[in-house]
Amino acid sequence: MADPMKIRAQLKGDVTEIRVLMGHAMETGQRKDAAGKTIPPLFIQSMTVEVGGKKVVDGQIGTSVSRNPVFGFKMKGAKVGDKVVVSWVDNKGDKRTDEAAVA
Amino acid sequence: MNTTRRTVLKSATASGVLAGLIAAGALRPTQVLAAEWNKAAFEAHDTVGALKGIGAGAPADSKDLILKVPDIAENGAVVPVDVISNIPNTTSISILVEKNPSPLSASFDFANGALPEVSARLKMGQTSLVKAVAKADGKFYTAQKEVKVTVGGCGG
Repeated sequence: MADPMKIRAQLKGDVTEIRVLMGHAMETGQRKDAAGKTIPPLFIQSMTVEVGGKKVVDGQIGTSVSRNPVFGFKMKGAKVGDKVVVSWVDNKGDKRTDEAAVA
Repeated sequence: MNTTRRTVLKSATASGVLAGLIAAGALRPTQVLAAEWNKAAFEAHDTVGALKGIGAGAPADSKDLILKVPDIAENGAVVPVDVISNIPNTTSISILVEKNPSPLSASFDFANGALPEVSARLKMGQTSLVKAVAKADGKFYTAQKEVKVTVGGCGG
């Protein structure tokens, strides 16, 4: 199981800023290990952000996103206390869902 | 300038072949784990193929699509990219790095109050153009900027 995500959602004026840090190796499948063997690809393929039970962002990701990906989004219409649920699935089917509240 | 022309020619032939194969069913995108993951677009090896994969054949240049990237990235493994779309009714934003082995990096759909803005960190193998593509009202718009990379972030 992967490390928990760090999620921060902050209401500033009428815009909520959501930042997510996902702990993931994001292996491209192009690197080689010390023995010269190719390290197989392992990367997050899709992610979603739900706020207050509604899907806000639906993302698809390729191998060229950095290790331990950080994403930032903004939205309108969220209130303090709304639940923010972020999930991801990687190419091996591993998945993780974490939640936070709008502050 | 010659190199640009060469890249364009090369990618044009490559995608032509690829399109042929897909049409013939030889390369039908198999949907394995994530049903909605756009395999064809993410595994395309050139920008033309990746754009075709996300349905944006020939996006129009737009000044309302703002792409913020560093001019020089010392570490190609972590290149911060911000995309902000001021185009009305933007529903999705995709980010491409032209010279990466697979140019399409990420693609986001927005709904339910999300503003068409995204920030992410990308890997870049070498100095390349970074492209943002936004979809609004079924049309595609693009903006691009070059990022110089001193140490590559792909491969070893």
